Amino acid sequence: MSEEIAEISEESAVAAIAKEPSEPLLSKRRKRIVSDPLNEDNPITVQVLGICSALAVTVQFKPTMIMSIAVIFVIVFSNLITSVMRNIIPNRIRIIVQLAIIATLVTLVSEVLKAYSYDMYKILGAYVGLIITNCIVMGRLEAFAMANKPYDSILDGFGSGFGYAWIILVVAFFRELLGGGTVFIGTPLEFDVYGSLGGLLGTSLQTNGLMVDSIGAFILLGVIIWIQRTKNGYVEH
Amino acid sequence: MRQSNLYVILFSIGLTVVFGGALSLTSVGLKPLQDKQVELDTKKKILGAVMDISTIEDPNEILRIYDKRVKSVVVDINGKEVTTDQKGNPVVAEKVNIQKNYKYDPQERMYPVFTFLDESGEIEAYIFPTFGAGLWDWISGYVAFGQDLNTVKGVAFDHKGETPGLGARITEPTVQQRYVGKKIYNDQGELVSVSMVKGEGNANLSQHQVDGMSGATITGKGVNAMLENYLECYSAFIEKTKSQKTASL
Repeated sequence: MSEEIAEISEESAVAAIAKEPSEPLLSKRRKRIVSDPLNEDNPITVQVLGICSALAVTVQFKPTMIMSIAVIFVIVFSNLITSVMRNIIPNRIRIIVQLAIIATLVTLVSEVLKAYSYDMYKILGAYVGLIITNCIVMGRLEAFAMANKPYDSILDGFGSGFGYAWIILVVAFFRELLGGGTVFIGTPLEFDVYGSLGGLLGTSLQTNGLMVDSIGAFILLGVIIWIQRTKNGYVEH
Repeated sequence: MRQSNLYVILFSIGLTVVFGGALSLTSVGLKPLQDKQVELDTKKKILGAVMDISTIEDPNEILRIYDKRVKSVVVDINGKEVTTDQKGNPVVAEKVNIQKNYKYDPQERMYPVFTFLDESGEIEAYIFPTFGAGLWDWISGYVAFGQDLNTVKGVAFDHKGETPGLGARITEPTVQQRYVGKKIYNDQGELVSVSMVKGEGNANLSQHQVDGMSGATITGKGVNAMLENYLECYSAFIEKTKSQKTASL
């Protein structure tokens, strides 16, 4: 009797798995995984993670952009690797394993950059270490990749990576504009705003040294958080 | 099973082997490319001190110009040419590691000298590498002098880890341009070097002073100390070359 029940339940379990249609590649739930960190669950402004690098690297737009690309790369691939390995990682040393994954990826990025784009490597050099200690990367591995399937984890990595990127790019844009008087310096779009504006007005415009300092990033981040929370009504409990 | 000590240990070993292996494979595989990039970077900086190479995109073109127009020697602190190191191996100026040499006593360091030739093969400029400490990390540079070995023809500074927009501005052409035409010897023939002053937008600068970078005074001081120290070390070579020139005239 008991064997029979076991057989039936096993059968129905198999049937249930077989019947369930596979989730579309971009289902509503998966879209939310990507879109949530961009606004409502932003790693910087809502979770208040990754602040150290947001303050340190956002003096100019170009290095910030390089940092963003590097972080997105590291976060996506470390999420993927962790998620693939999640069932074999011993619980007691999971943090060390996660760190090892991140550090390996970061080292790979810098080695490849050094070989193929030495100029980029020289700019990135100072920031590579910051990615290893970026709380967002580790936070996503621990909170998401350890419990979810690889594909979802990749999406989550993109979401958090872009959520981080757009905030620091906005901060960098305004810090460079107010602190240096230029926009996108070092890129093909380079433009000396204060210089041409001063030429138009016939005076020389003074840049704001405060913006070059980390304090400037604090102020700008505060303003962004203020605007964002006013718009989406987020309240801390 | 996943929580047993044995599993944890075996897992750690496996992880180390896989990740360590992947990293060392990459490192070994990319080493030749990286070395080439470093060599190109050095040559670019040496050339960058005397001519505008920002428009040249092709790395081979830079190497070609370098081979044609730059000659190099290595001298010691007394201005004497050095051809072999302590082990008897030949010394190549481009391969001398300035960063490593900086750690040695100035008496024991090797000092590369690069000469830039004009189209007819005459020496147009002398280029000296320099090295020192900035605010967060090392700074280095190549300083080019005209035939008089006194007037600065150009500089190419490099840094590691200085703040973009502040100390890292020493790598920007607008800041480096300020050094051009400055002199390192005063009228009495004493070495005074060139120093960056505090603050930006200073007026009435002497021929030994350049305008500073606001917000990066310490990096500026580092650059000053670097130039002063290294030019002092090269002074024997400079004096010697100058006296040879007057003798040959």
